[in-house]
Amino acid sequence: MVILQTLITVIYYCLIAYVAAILIWNLRKARKWQEEVLYVVVLLPFLLRLFRLK
Amino acid sequence: MTVDQIDSSTEARPPPVRKLLISGLGLLLFATSGMSFYRHRHLGESVVLSGGVTQVKQLSEYFRGIRGTVNDCNVYILDGEEPGATMFVIGGTHPEEPAARLAAWLLAENAVMEQGRLIVVLSANRSATTVTRVGGAYPTDFTIPTDWGEQTFRMGDRWSNPLDQWPDPEVYIHDPSGQYLAYVDIRNLNRTWPGRPNGTLTERTTYALMELIRQEGVDIFIDLHEAELQYPVISTIVAHDSGEELATFVSMMLSDEEFNMGMEYSPPNLHGLSHREVGDHSDAISLLFEAPEPFLDATRGRTTREQLLTGQDEFVVKAGEHGLLFERIDEHGWPIDVRVGRHTSAVLQTMESWTILNPDRPLSCRGVPRYAQVSESGLGHWLHDPATAPPGRVVIE
Repeated sequence: MVILQTLITVIYYCLIAYVAAILIWNLRKARKWQEEVLYVVVLLPFLLRLFRLK
Repeated sequence: MTVDQIDSSTEARPPPVRKLLISGLGLLLFATSGMSFYRHRHLGESVVLSGGVTQVKQLSEYFRGIRGTVNDCNVYILDGEEPGATMFVIGGTHPEEPAARLAAWLLAENAVMEQGRLIVVLSANRSATTVTRVGGAYPTDFTIPTDWGEQTFRMGDRWSNPLDQWPDPEVYIHDPSGQYLAYVDIRNLNRTWPGRPNGTLTERTTYALMELIRQEGVDIFIDLHEAELQYPVISTIVAHDSGEELATFVSMMLSDEEFNMGMEYSPPNLHGLSHREVGDHSDAISLLFEAPEPFLDATRGRTTREQLLTGQDEFVVKAGEHGLLFERIDEHGWPIDVRVGRHTSAVLQTMESWTILNPDRPLSCRGVPRYAQVSESGLGHWLHDPATAPPGRVVIE
């Protein structure tokens, strides 16, 4: 159970890092300001979890 | 290529200043929220050791499995001037119930044991002191005015921080009973007793606490709590079968001399709770004390620091008018001083009642204020200034 939990947590953090990277990439490519704001807002919880703040 | 993609590709490249501005705003939001969360998780709380504290240990000294984790909490040991029984009091099982931690704080900062031995833990689930209920808009901390200034404490949650223990299972199967419990309660310290040495962080913490109880030969174990007024188990002692006589005696004495205090039996088929499992898996008498906390009521109004400390809430009063509560409440609320005083008096009364029932193994203590004293002078009067404490007598929780 605990080993499985640890494994899932590692995969989870890898996924978070991947999604955060994709969001930053999309933010860089976005042309409309509404999309830029949306990417920034969506990125926030991913960064907070990635840096183990929340 | 879709029409949208054609539109997008033919659209003019946005000015870099705009993108930098929006990204900067995002970074600002990240920094401010991140700093708030970081401060909450790392806020140091000072404990000025009472002259009666003879030793401060780490919980991992009883079980190595939690060494280096956030739950490797301080254990305050107060050896008596004369021999007697051993009492173990824990606060912070549920850190969203601050009177429990603060009552334990008063013991660590003021108690001097005359007979017997007292062991105190202020942050039984330290991980849960570093987070508040997700989506609950709880304050991250609260401040108590003292004679020398003020002292700030972390506000916590009922469950361990998901940063320290995650993911939760679909169903939590309690060990060793096999009882099915709510998934989230695998992070609830009062659902994981007696713990497992190879379990989750919360299970290993209760296992370490059980090891402490066994290795130190604890006679009486007290788990301090607070409860919402809409919850029937309130202003009461919940006692394991082995503690029925003691709990009844304490309840009668408190109700006669200080404040109304009930007594209930620990249900034998409800597992994971301290009042059941500590009694079942050790020689200690296990008791759980509940004080009223309107802050936890679902019908409360604004969830503020003021509400947390004053216990005043017009919506909870209204619920009382409709007969929805199990404890009285009026416009005076349930101030933190009153709630802490109930706990300190209940602990002291337990020592006195135990000594009457077991005169060969007495427990007596001086320096700890009772209900009336805490209510009158305020809890802050009994918290000491770390700046003027003797060297080596300040510990950080």
